[in-house]
Amino acid sequence: MDLPNPNVQSPKVDLTERDVVLRSASAVPPPPDRKLASVAKLIDVSKCIGCKACQSACLEWNDMREEVGVNVGVYDNPHDLTPNTFTLMRFTEWVNPDSGNLEWLIRKDGCMHCEDPGCLKACPAPGAIVKYSNGIVDFVHENCIGCGYCVKGCPFNIPRISKVDHKAYKCTLCSDRVAVGQGPACAKACPTHCISFGTKEEMLKQAEGRITDLKSRGYANAGVYDPPGVGGTHVIYVLHHADKPEIYAGLPNNPRISPLINLWKGGAKYAGMAIMGITAAVGLLHYVVAGANRVKPEDEENAKKLAKGPAS
Amino acid sequence: MTNSWTDIRNTDLVIIMGGNAAECHPCGFKWVTEAKANRGAKLIVVDPRYTRSAAVSDMYAPIRPGTDIAFLNGLINYCIQNDKVQWDYTKAFTNASYIVKEGFTYQDGLFTGYDETKRDYNRSTWDYDIGPDGYVVSDNTLQNPRCVWNLLKQHVEQYTPEMVERICGTPKEKFSKIAAMVGETSAKDKYMTSMYALGWTQHSKGSQNIRTMAMLQLILGNIGVRGGGMNALRGHSNIQGLTDLGLMSNLIPGYLTIPTEKEVSLDTYMSTRGFKPLKPDQMSYWQNYKKFFVSFQKSMWGPAATAENSFAYDYLPKLDVPSYDVLRAFELMFQGKMNGYFCQGFNPLLSFPNRKKCTVALSKLKYLVIMDPLDTETARFWENHGEHNDVDTASIQTEVIQLPSTCFAEDEGSLVNSGRWLQWHWAGGTPPGEAKSDVWMMAQLYQRLKALYQKEGGAYADPILNLTWNYKDPNEPTPTELAREMNGSVLEDVPDPTDPTKLLLQKGKQMASFATLRDDGKTACACWIYSGCFNEEGNNMARRDTSDPDNTGAYSKWAFSWPVNRRILYNRASADLTGKAWDPTRKLIEWDGTKWAGYDVPDIVPNAKPDVVGPFIMNAEGTARLFARGLMREGPFPVHYEPFESPIANPIAPKIRGNPVARVFKGDMEQFGDAKDFPYAATSYRLTEHFHFWTKHAQINASLQPEFFVEIGEELAKEKGIKSGGWVRVWSNRGSVKAKVVVTKRIVPLTCDGKKVHIVGIPLHWGFTGAAKKGFGPNSLTPYVGDANIETPEYKAFLVDIEPIVGPVS
Repeated sequence: MDLPNPNVQSPKVDLTERDVVLRSASAVPPPPDRKLASVAKLIDVSKCIGCKACQSACLEWNDMREEVGVNVGVYDNPHDLTPNTFTLMRFTEWVNPDSGNLEWLIRKDGCMHCEDPGCLKACPAPGAIVKYSNGIVDFVHENCIGCGYCVKGCPFNIPRISKVDHKAYKCTLCSDRVAVGQGPACAKACPTHCISFGTKEEMLKQAEGRITDLKSRGYANAGVYDPPGVGGTHVIYVLHHADKPEIYAGLPNNPRISPLINLWKGGAKYAGMAIMGITAAVGLLHYVVAGANRVKPEDEENAKKLAKGPAS
Repeated sequence: MTNSWTDIRNTDLVIIMGGNAAECHPCGFKWVTEAKANRGAKLIVVDPRYTRSAAVSDMYAPIRPGTDIAFLNGLINYCIQNDKVQWDYTKAFTNASYIVKEGFTYQDGLFTGYDETKRDYNRSTWDYDIGPDGYVVSDNTLQNPRCVWNLLKQHVEQYTPEMVERICGTPKEKFSKIAAMVGETSAKDKYMTSMYALGWTQHSKGSQNIRTMAMLQLILGNIGVRGGGMNALRGHSNIQGLTDLGLMSNLIPGYLTIPTEKEVSLDTYMSTRGFKPLKPDQMSYWQNYKKFFVSFQKSMWGPAATAENSFAYDYLPKLDVPSYDVLRAFELMFQGKMNGYFCQGFNPLLSFPNRKKCTVALSKLKYLVIMDPLDTETARFWENHGEHNDVDTASIQTEVIQLPSTCFAEDEGSLVNSGRWLQWHWAGGTPPGEAKSDVWMMAQLYQRLKALYQKEGGAYADPILNLTWNYKDPNEPTPTELAREMNGSVLEDVPDPTDPTKLLLQKGKQMASFATLRDDGKTACACWIYSGCFNEEGNNMARRDTSDPDNTGAYSKWAFSWPVNRRILYNRASADLTGKAWDPTRKLIEWDGTKWAGYDVPDIVPNAKPDVVGPFIMNAEGTARLFARGLMREGPFPVHYEPFESPIANPIAPKIRGNPVARVFKGDMEQFGDAKDFPYAATSYRLTEHFHFWTKHAQINASLQPEFFVEIGEELAKEKGIKSGGWVRVWSNRGSVKAKVVVTKRIVPLTCDGKKVHIVGIPLHWGFTGAAKKGFGPNSLTPYVGDANIETPEYKAFLVDIEPIVGPVS
């Protein structure tokens, strides 16, 4: 039964440009000369005490501050993810219909770092979103145009657009810390080892041990949340009720990238390009057949009137 | 804590009651998580609210605030009725078999000797039957009807599961499930740990709450073992150190006591302290009291403390009342009898009960000195902050002097954690602005006072003028110099009586431990229990070796644990009468035929034979007390008393209001509210996002829990037309607060004595200074009464009313 906690330090991986395997709105980069081990952050909801140390550490490390808000009758503060708050404890009071007992489900929300990232797929700005070979999905803010397509593309409703610089923000899985051999700030701050970080293989093994423990305590449906609809994720949960992820503040049961995104980036993209091509061809044909449009004197008059506006 | 934080990972069952470890001690709570994940340990939480600790528990039961003794007596009764007792342990290591004096009785909530006008007892019958040999009479067969065991059995009989439900409101089925889980740990190889905090202390019978659990732990055989114990989780990182160093008004360092004015000489003082053993061959360790006391006096006054002047006994102040606790201090201030107040590192305006009374009291002072790293509400008590501090500034004449001090991370020194570990720390930053360390301020104050006395003289200046002050820089003693004083040193050579060519103790050396302290003035030691922390081996508090042979959780080379680096107190009780561990998989120390040895420093003389000397060496009996003799003011056995403000009359003694021996000042009794006017049971508590009144000054913490709120259940909200996130007014007979409201399933109404009782939860972190939104604290509402033994105010159980209001325009 003895299950030692994984190390909070990750191996130094020196995350660089050469480890990028996907880049938004760009040609697929050539395969990198090395493949980093796939990483994962494991959030064991059954060990979470909702202390918000992760939330605090995240603000500290990223040098962000959240405004001092108001109480609206819940413990969630702020009340949603924001461009400053990349991670948020969400509290749900749920009465288990089988036992009649109250359960206080506390889930740390934030970017799931999908293997198949919807945000990256949706992003029209070249190089604004990248994915590294270890699975981390990162936003490159100097390339971001603030269009918000990543929000639409995300099946977990994670990125938030800043009203200050009009750029999209979300959890980076502390790519800057991971690059120098540090685990994410949230994992480092977590007092109960609810959050761990390591290779995905290690984390899944850790999760397995936790699930055995939870099953022995009567949680028959305990399981890991690593949704296949997005190719699995690099942030995974241990849930006491893995059959009902939606009870954890609306964690999607079977997340998928919106078909619109696939349409937009797949068929629609090519259809659009085809339409543009056809339009150009028609224009050319028109020129060849009818010749160039010439400006007539009455056209000049009309234009002047329009520019002046109605006479007053 | 009898055990250490790290030892909690060794347990089979954690019971969190009278505390909320996950929320208020999240870092220490990791050891509960470890026990659960690695040992399959179970967690029980009993609390008026479904807390963040309850969120990760295996079993939760609600309880009405202020009824813990009924619950715990119920558990003791269950264990006795169902034979869930570690018999060998109980018979050998407790006073179960001792015969109690004739004349001692209990009836209708009171013991023999009660005097209603004095609110006190004549405790002469609360003792053992002493035989002609001077030792306690006992009956090892437990047949004698007057033996402690049979009296206890009779005493707890009325606390049936039905009675527990009637008093506590805890559903009978839930109570019985918990009782069964707890009862299982009576097995010799099953241990339960009790984790508690201010949820037990902040009651008018706080000491008895804790004592009742200690009694339960004793009959289950869970004291002195790995994974067991009574574990008090301290609320501040160094509150353990504060208590150890005797900062209570009736203590001097190391739990020695300040003399009373009746103790006019050292001999009279000593006559009631160096307890003679009550059983043959017992250690009765307090027989060494004089060595610790004289060494303390030598540390304070050096050469001025001589055998001729009874080691400067007259220099010590003498108490004319049992204690000058905070309630008495503010009562004196309120009466205009206290003119000046030094307030170092705390925030009375938000911490002491009945804030209105506190404001009046502070306004009567001539001067108030604040030493604090933060701009506290107390420092600004005179400033008008609208409804959040509605005072008439012009009418307050108190001169307030604010001395900015360093924060813990800006200086060096030791902090003592809940597990008695003295851990040295180093400065992590430089103090801002003009901030100075508390040591510097105290040193300056002393230097100036001394100079004034030297120049102008004064009544009995000797204690000030002769104070030992041998620091390199008299203006600022260093943490190392002070730590070395705590440890103690040899003042004069002591030759070895068996070999005069050798020295037992050499002048100028640091004491190795308190074992060689002397009562002849040849040793000095400022705090005997800390002796060994900074000896000739160096600063043991700064040790950072994480080795832990055989994974026992002791970590004996990490920092220093008082006393003598012992990690688990009473550890001799981990072994049976032959000296073998009760649980061979959790060995601690064992008898090898000639001596005690193992993973921890034995809490017994190493060569004390296992079937002769008892494990509870601090008691004159050598055993632990299920019957407390005259040492508790309420009585030798715990009785359920209602809080002073209770929604129901006490089902077991309807005529008694509150704790019959708790001290109530004139005027405060009249301010208690009744259930007909204030129908709801309120309780106060901390939240994980904040630490008392500190973190509201930190922007991030303020954003994580920004605004003052109260919590109520859905049923009460519906009844009162209160909407979650809206505004309410909550008031008691002493004050009124406005708050946001969180309506939650985590608080449910309880049925007590046939009456539905709604609970109102009131967190304590808001005030009118700092980064968070302005708000109130529960102390605007709480009653001015404390625990009968140590005067900790009753913050956890009082009565309020509540109504929805239209909030301020934002």
